[in-house]
Amino acid sequence: MSETMTGAEMVIRALQDQGVEHVFGYPGGAVLPIYDALFHQEKVRHILVRHEQGAVHAAEGYARASGKPGVVLVTSGPGATNAITGLADAMMDSIPLVCITGQVPTHLIGSDAFQECDTVGITRHCTKHNYLVKSIEDLPRVLHEAFYVAQNGRPGPVVVDLPKDVQFKIGAYLRPLSNQHKTYRPTVKGDMNHIRAAVELMVNAKRPVFYTGGGVINSGPQAAALLRELVQLTGFPITSTLMGLGAYPASGKHWLGMLGMHGTYEANLAMHECDVMINIGARFDDRITGRLDAFSPFSKRIHVDIDPSSINKTVKVDIPIVGDCAHVLEDMLRLWRQGAKQADKIALQEWWGKIEGWRSRNCLAYKNSQESIKPQYAVQRLYELTKDRSPYITTEVGQHQMWAAQYFKFEDPNHWMTSGGHGTMGYGLPAAVGAQLAHPGSLVIDIAGEASIQMMLQEMSTALQYNLPIKVFILNNEYMGMVRQWQELLHGGRYSQSYSESLPDFVKLAEAYGAVGIRCDNPGDLDAKIMEMINVNRPVIFDCVVDKTENCFPMIPSGKAHNEMLLNDYLGETGADIGSVIDEKGKMLV
Amino acid sequence: MLQMKTHYPDAHRIEPAKRHTLAVVVDNEPGVLARIAGLFSGRGYNIESLTVTETEHEAHISRITIVTTGTDSIIEQIKSQLERLVPVHRVVDLTLTGEAVERELCLVKVVGKGDYRVEAMRLASAFGARTLDATLTSFVYELTGTTGEVERFIKLMTAVGLVEVSRTGVAAMSRGAEGIM
Ligand SMILES: Cc1cc2nc3c(=O)[nH]c(=O)nc-3n(C[C@H](O)[C@H](O)[C@H](O)COP(=O)(O)OP(=O)(O)OC[C@H]3O[C@@H](n4cnc5c(N)ncnc54)[C@H](O)[C@@H]3O)c2cc1C
Ligand SMILES: Cc1ncc(C[n+]2csc(CCOP(=O)(O)OP(=O)(O)O)c2C)c(N)n1
Ligand SMILES: [Mg+2]
Repeated sequence: MSETMTGAEMVIRALQDQGVEHVFGYPGGAVLPIYDALFHQEKVRHILVRHEQGAVHAAEGYARASGKPGVVLVTSGPGATNAITGLADAMMDSIPLVCITGQVPTHLIGSDAFQECDTVGITRHCTKHNYLVKSIEDLPRVLHEAFYVAQNGRPGPVVVDLPKDVQFKIGAYLRPLSNQHKTYRPTVKGDMNHIRAAVELMVNAKRPVFYTGGGVINSGPQAAALLRELVQLTGFPITSTLMGLGAYPASGKHWLGMLGMHGTYEANLAMHECDVMINIGARFDDRITGRLDAFSPFSKRIHVDIDPSSINKTVKVDIPIVGDCAHVLEDMLRLWRQGAKQADKIALQEWWGKIEGWRSRNCLAYKNSQESIKPQYAVQRLYELTKDRSPYITTEVGQHQMWAAQYFKFEDPNHWMTSGGHGTMGYGLPAAVGAQLAHPGSLVIDIAGEASIQMMLQEMSTALQYNLPIKVFILNNEYMGMVRQWQELLHGGRYSQSYSESLPDFVKLAEAYGAVGIRCDNPGDLDAKIMEMINVNRPVIFDCVVDKTENCFPMIPSGKAHNEMLLNDYLGETGADIGSVIDEKGKMLV
Repeated sequence: MLQMKTHYPDAHRIEPAKRHTLAVVVDNEPGVLARIAGLFSGRGYNIESLTVTETEHEAHISRITIVTTGTDSIIEQIKSQLERLVPVHRVVDLTLTGEAVERELCLVKVVGKGDYRVEAMRLASAFGARTLDATLTSFVYELTGTTGEVERFIKLMTAVGLVEVSRTGVAAMSRGAEGIM
């Protein structure tokens, strides 16, 4: 059954048929017919952002908080190029998005027409796939295919570039099919022989560790539930990457905390000393492995990943399992239960003993102060005072992001949205807008830095327009703190261009937007002010004035192995002269 | 333990690099070649030769033959990175499936007189090249052969007045009854 309509109407109709509720966009000449079609309906709600990069990050935040694909609509030329950073971010972090871009009419393509750019050319490397639709006959198929490709296999952003003349053309609209692409069929079910071998390896492990990542979140809440079961059943310790936080609850007794460059002492040492590593949906990123030749030298490795190109990319593994986390975890659990498998209790007990020893170093301890607010303390208080509300947390990029990952405790998946792979400053505020739209009644907080927040600050206006009571909690250290920390460690404390000069008055700024501004510079007032923030049902900018020179520890410096980690000076570790810890070669690698 | 101090994968692998011929079956949609060529340049892989033509017109399917060099792990990465592209149906490493039949075609133009001309004719016939065009001062030869044969032919022709070369790059197919489709 087909209906006849214009290309622009097909776009809106396809969004409706795909169950899309929110579109993040910004109008312009090359998408006016689509905006006209939007005008005539109410099913799909358009969220007008203030910058196209904000639209993409908002769609990312929406996607990660809701588990549904995010949708973006922007115009040709500058609209499309402004969206690039967001697309690259979504590509790196495997976030499903469909981004519709307007294009000049087909007969003008290639002529340097007004606001023309080669959108499919420019976005080829920062999308999972993209399309330039030159004929109305292809349009319905491509629109549905875009949703299929964005969500299936390893998720990612898909661009549909739509020339203006095609938006006006009249054609036959077709409904979505279940298997929308004629050949693209990613493997979701893991090879049983490999899964069997993996379970065998796990049963015989003496020092096992689960290393989980964003793939568990991508796979959906079912995967997180199965992971919890498997951890419970095996009794193995578990750590996660920045991207996988919340898949296993931070309050769980097998939880070691995050691993990697700013991960915990116990997580990194467990990775270093383990004899069996079970990687579920993580990609051996260089923030995790550190020095590759010294990475987990004693382990046999199992790697579950839906993307075969993630396997053996940087780290060789012994048992690769290509498939979706939930499917593979289900099979692992079944095999474990069927065989009434038992982990090696005695060895495991010894292993936990060792881990407890590392844990007792209390690597996240810091020296608190009565005079100034320590950023770690601020995040801890924020967590304690909001945890009952199961808040959704987004972040910008920098030290505050790492402190959020370390001191905020995540109990559930899809509650943590941060730019991991691309590390995009400016991500957090628009992502909070998206998360708040996905969960209108929930508490959504962007843990921010005073430098990052200025990159997408204009989206405050979006929050106001749609009555989104997001909270922007700025750890204001008057520095691009992460840069300052590296300059301290690598460049002899020469703080070149990393001081946040001429900062705005964030309280007045909030008020100028019509939001609520709160400032706190004293640890004694912190709790009351945080309560004030969460009790007001309006957008808030909270200027939390923190210690300017605090560094983020633990830290594995560039060029070092997991067992060469730097701990907080407070613990009297290598703190005295951290500048000399990183050698010349390490300085090359930021 | 090794004295490697980098935070990233080692720059120099001890594994030897080898030449591999890959057959890539793709949907012949706009931009597919750019996607593949871009993948190679973007990720820093080598391309020695790349040929592409639609092989099944009805189904809009093209076959791309790529000759590349890399260590075993790089070749494995190239293969999975190619397979990850949405319009790619299959990637077959013809080098791994056994010795493949490989051929390329070249056209060469030689210009010369007297002894040079005679020598050019002699070489062409020794290689079994076909004469596609002749004037009093020039020839255009066609030679089909392995990359090695083509290289040798061109090298020899250089000595007797070669002025122009056009090559197709490698077309390849596995031996035996089994097809890759
Ligand atoms: C300043 C800064 C510091 C950082 N420090 C750290 C740090 O200390 N520790 C840390 O962990 N990170 C850190 N990061 C983040 C880091 O850069 C990477 O983004 C992160 O480690 C990657 O996480 P991941 O391995 O879970 O991979 P992701 O990027 O989440 O990739 C997920 C993997 O799972 C696969 N996958 C996707 N869907 C599925 C599915 N359904 N089933 C199976 N597999 C699937 C994908 O193919 C991919 O291989 C930092 C980032 C910044 C900006
Ligand atoms: C768009 C962009 N530009 C530059 C960087 C490099 N960078 C990483 S962290 C950082 C400083 C962030 O400062 P701030 O937001 O104040 O956070 P802090 O580290 O002080 O907590 C910079 C400049 C980046 N990640 N993204
Ligand atoms: Mg700062």
